[in-house]
Amino acid sequence: MSTTNKPIKTTSRPGRTLAILGLILVAMVSLVFIQGSTSVRLGLDLRGGTSVTLQPRIAPGDEGKVTSEAIDQAVSIIRQRVNSLGVAESEVAAQGSGTNRQIVISVPGDTGRRVVDLVGQTAELRFRQVLASASGVPAAADAAATPAAGVSADVNAKFAALDCTKPENLQGTGADAPTDTLVACDRAGTTKYILAPAEVLGRQISKASAGLDAQAGSNWFVSLTFNGEGTAAFGALTSRVTSLPEPTNQVAIVLDGLVVSSPRITEAIPSGNAQITGSFTQLEAQDLANVLKYGALPLAFDRGEVQQVSPTLGADQLNAGLLAGGLGLLLVVIFTLLYYRALGFVTVGSLAIAGLMLYVLFLLMGEWIGFTLTLAGIAGAIVAIGVTADSFIVYFERVRDEMREGRSLRTAAETGWVRARRTILVADFVSMIAAVLLYVFSVGGVRGFAFTLGLTTIIDLIIIFWFTKPALVLISRSKFFNSGHPLSGFSPKSLGLSVAKEA
Amino acid sequence: MSKLSGLGGRLYRGETSVNFIGHRRRWYMVSSVFILLSIGALSVQGLHLGIEFKGGSSFTVTTPNPSVADARAAIEEAGVNSEAIVQLVGDNKVRVQTGALEQAQNNTVQDALAAKFAVSASTIDTQIIGPSWGKEITRKALYGLFGFLIVVMIYLAMALEPKMAISAIIAVIHDVFITVGIYALVGFDVTPATIIGFLTILGYSLYDTVVVFDKVRENTKSITSSSTKTYSQAVNLAVNQTIVRSTNTSIVALLPVAAILFVGAGLLGAGTLKDLSLALFIGLLVGTYSSIFIAPPVLAQLREKEPAMQALAKRVNARGGVTVETSSTAVTAVNGRGPRNQPKRKGRK
Repeated sequence: MSTTNKPIKTTSRPGRTLAILGLILVAMVSLVFIQGSTSVRLGLDLRGGTSVTLQPRIAPGDEGKVTSEAIDQAVSIIRQRVNSLGVAESEVAAQGSGTNRQIVISVPGDTGRRVVDLVGQTAELRFRQVLASASGVPAAADAAATPAAGVSADVNAKFAALDCTKPENLQGTGADAPTDTLVACDRAGTTKYILAPAEVLGRQISKASAGLDAQAGSNWFVSLTFNGEGTAAFGALTSRVTSLPEPTNQVAIVLDGLVVSSPRITEAIPSGNAQITGSFTQLEAQDLANVLKYGALPLAFDRGEVQQVSPTLGADQLNAGLLAGGLGLLLVVIFTLLYYRALGFVTVGSLAIAGLMLYVLFLLMGEWIGFTLTLAGIAGAIVAIGVTADSFIVYFERVRDEMREGRSLRTAAETGWVRARRTILVADFVSMIAAVLLYVFSVGGVRGFAFTLGLTTIIDLIIIFWFTKPALVLISRSKFFNSGHPLSGFSPKSLGLSVAKEA
Repeated sequence: MSKLSGLGGRLYRGETSVNFIGHRRRWYMVSSVFILLSIGALSVQGLHLGIEFKGGSSFTVTTPNPSVADARAAIEEAGVNSEAIVQLVGDNKVRVQTGALEQAQNNTVQDALAAKFAVSASTIDTQIIGPSWGKEITRKALYGLFGFLIVVMIYLAMALEPKMAISAIIAVIHDVFITVGIYALVGFDVTPATIIGFLTILGYSLYDTVVVFDKVRENTKSITSSSTKTYSQAVNLAVNQTIVRSTNTSIVALLPVAAILFVGAGLLGAGTLKDLSLALFIGLLVGTYSSIFIAPPVLAQLREKEPAMQALAKRVNARGGVTVETSSTAVTAVNGRGPRNQPKRKGRK
């Protein structure tokens, strides 16, 4: 064995290290109070709610369409739709990396079905001729008397009753078929329309961009280019309506059942290139161009997974998770106390501090990065009890080995550390690689598991460097441990030394 | 307990020694049998995949004393003619699993169940899995697996030794194979949580192997400069020296997992906790086995092929030492005669 018997410098100051760790803990706990984050944010599987995971549907030959921009665009559109439900703490986020991403929508509470119906729709952009328009409030009964040309009395009654100031009428259902005569509000809720069946569809647009009138310097407009089919259809539509009276000379751009814009057609446009002018701000023009370019969602999505958890099940799962954690911790504590005797208290102390640190980090990360604790996350934390205790065992056994080679506990606590440290660093690094890869290559619950596993691995390193080791060095100076008391865990008998001596 | 600790001391000094390396054929044999069984089970029965991999819907109604017949009646009323699995979970839950349904059909089934059991539809826990979802998670899990193996192999080759990295990876593949085989054999349900479990085993199984190999590295740092031990003997000593550690770390790792398994299976019936902890439990056991019985012998074999190590073995033999591999009776070969350079060694015997 290549044992080096160099004298070990005993310059380590365990007291100071412990004091620093204490300060860090106090600082973290104060931060929790300053930020007022007093409870861990629970995931939907622990408090009830609905989560939907959407996968981009990739048609053959369309692989290039799934770009990061397209996913981001879809996220913001879906977020608008989900927010329209008015449920607090709803979340829409892309997960995964690059083009291989998914969109995860989480909505707490029992709005389940509405969420599921709402998010996956890929309503299409449509151009419809305006048949009638009025201000967004319900009309007085007599005003609805004369239906416009080509509008049934039924539709007209619906139009009259429509109240665009009500939020539920501004949700954008996207349930309209292209062949319907449609009653719709505009997005702001100020105007309502009766719209003819769609004549031009969003997919017939080949290009759309926002531009600035160079001469006036202030008027933003949107230019459009149609493909062959679109050019013909748009040409026919514009040449027919341009000479009609107000408001039938307007063409509404309809998205998700809401009118985005309803420009007046001033001339027939047979060329396939059109400009929509108006008093746009830069943002409005760019948004309109995006809508024209992408339609509703830039991609079609499949519902990969839908999970609806009732609050009862959520509470059950939370309790079960906490119970399993408590039980696991108890078993580990009993084992270490039985095997390592008084030394086991160092393990118990280390686990307690690791637990406190993890809890505080859960609180803080909930505040900083919106971390939510899921059932898989709890499982990760429980599994981590084992990993954390493993490093203590590696260290303790190492110290005992050093003592078997004839060193005193005081020296062994230092020499054993130098060797155990290496082993622990390598082993924890492997755990870290596993956690990071699990996190990168997974969606939803698995990520929660990987995240806690990674977090606890880091905590493990902090604890063993700043608590377990200095604590052991400190107690190695005490008479109880140094004299090899039978209950200390370092007695010659438990090390197997006495056996050798007696023989 | 102290008896066990005393054993640790004897193992450390090499007074008590189990010939792990010399009996490697025996361990290889055991593993081969398991691997053949795994291959057999996988090809005959295959894995019992949960709906997450096939696509489908699962509805769980919580109500006092539910009946399977009522649930079946509700599904029929909803007009779903795909094969439905109905089972009781605990004494107050009934779970209905169907094939892939349209969103409207899902709503119909949910409503029918709610009406039948007189509960609100929003209290029914549902899970709806698209048909391509399983492919997606399987693909990602495989990416994760290969990514992990490659990154860890490179890391271990740098942090330890290249041949240690190879042996460790062989042991890990062995673990995953046997764990998956056990799943196929027993017919446990495979869910995404199970896959997480499998992937986590990788990291765990390596923890013990790293502990053993780190000791091997220490024991063999300047092994060729003396003629006291062959490489295999040094590895064997390292395994014996770390076996208490490996056992303890495994027990401590298993205890919390056992707690999750107990609570998950006992209180919640089925679900994430049970699936995850079962995979971990089996994987940990297999991982502990391989870190002692597979990884070190494979390493010894790989290194003994090197000319320097063969020359060393010759020199040790010439000095009258018994090489561990030559005879299966050499259980305590290291013990009696092999010169040991442990300081403070008291003559025993």
